[in-house]
Amino acid sequence: MATDDLSDLNALIEMMAKLPGLGPRSARRAVLHLIKKRDTQMQPLSRMLTHVAETARACLNCGNISTLEVCSICASEKRANGQICVVEEVSDLWAMERSGMFGGRYHVLGGTLSPLDDIGPEALRMPRLKDRITSEAVQEVILALNATVDGQTTAHYIAGELAHTGVAMTTLAQGVPIGGELDYLDDGTISAALSARKEMPR
Amino acid sequence: MDWRDQGMLLAVRPHGENSVIAEVFTRGHGRHLGVIRGGTSRKLAPILQPGAQLDVAWRARLESHMGSFTAEPIRSRMAAVLNDPLRLSALSSLCATSAFCLPERESLPNFQAETEALADAIHSGKGWLSAYIFWELRLLEETGFALDLSACANGGGANDLAYVSPRTGRAVSRMGAGEWADRLLPLPECLLGGPITLDGARAALTLTGHFLTQHLAPSLGGRAFPAARTRFVEQVARA
Repeated sequence: MATDDLSDLNALIEMMAKLPGLGPRSARRAVLHLIKKRDTQMQPLSRMLTHVAETARACLNCGNISTLEVCSICASEKRANGQICVVEEVSDLWAMERSGMFGGRYHVLGGTLSPLDDIGPEALRMPRLKDRITSEAVQEVILALNATVDGQTTAHYIAGELAHTGVAMTTLAQGVPIGGELDYLDDGTISAALSARKEMPR
Repeated sequence: MDWRDQGMLLAVRPHGENSVIAEVFTRGHGRHLGVIRGGTSRKLAPILQPGAQLDVAWRARLESHMGSFTAEPIRSRMAAVLNDPLRLSALSSLCATSAFCLPERESLPNFQAETEALADAIHSGKGWLSAYIFWELRLLEETGFALDLSACANGGGANDLAYVSPRTGRAVSRMGAGEWADRLLPLPECLLGGPITLDGARAALTLTGHFLTQHLAPSLGGRAFPAARTRFVEQVARA
């Protein structure tokens, strides 16, 4: 009987434990915390989850997650500066936005070419990117993909696919991170940094 | 159960939130899988890229278990090829093809050394295209689908060899081919010791590709051959 009494709670704990960063123990702690703060945290959270579950969707233009059909970045005229930054996932778009340095629009591919996961070009949002280059008068495509084998293979693939458009294509620099110490860097990063060295301002 | 070995990382796939399952082509233990805990961390993820040379220690309670690796980097082969689409696709194809074709836990010391030598050639950029083509011939040989390019299957010795039978993998001379020539695969001169050219490389990759996809892949359960090789062949065709 005691198990039946707790079955809803256990189901909630099990669901919470599937979230990234949580395990069974931390999920139990979170659920107990929410029950203690029923009015101030649990019910607002529940309402917000229901609301977002109904409204969250991928932006029809760029693939960003938004509660509108077209996200605020794509809707903003200020962001129409002729630059599109191609990223792998929405989390990469958010990381770029955190930096506050990029004033153009984005395009989320939704993955990278991956031989192991059998992800081919047809699984990426390439046709939409090609449409946007024409419809948004794009002058530069910035390939902000991960510096991994899969990421750079995808970058070269996109560069090949867009070569005929005549649009400028750039990619992010690779090298020493801000605050990084050479002694702790792997040899690949050091050689990439050395290849991409630049003249010292005088 | 535990051992320590060196090898080339072929592939990694996520396992849970923080770990990865790594496929390493080791010198003494062949293609071997193992879990690397914390493999998605900032410290390990840059190291665990296909083509990396690793020193791995494998441990499991029973031999039949997948077990876990602790991995230390020896050298990365990725950074030098990241900006070269042709060599990057070659490295990607090498790793994906090896992971797809090689038997698990079967020691192949000679072929492993040849595979590492090819990865090093791709990394350095010297003589790698020719090395890649001959590596695929060796792969076919190791997996039981060796091509016989030594003499004509219809008799007539080793002179004027120009074709390969798509069924038997044996060479056929121009005279021996006769009216069957259009049903045979062209045999590029670079496979007979001639100089390597881009046209010859394309023809050689088409030839080995036929036996990899039509003979070897069906024997491995009929799974689709890795698209990474197709992309590499397309890159060579565009070069």
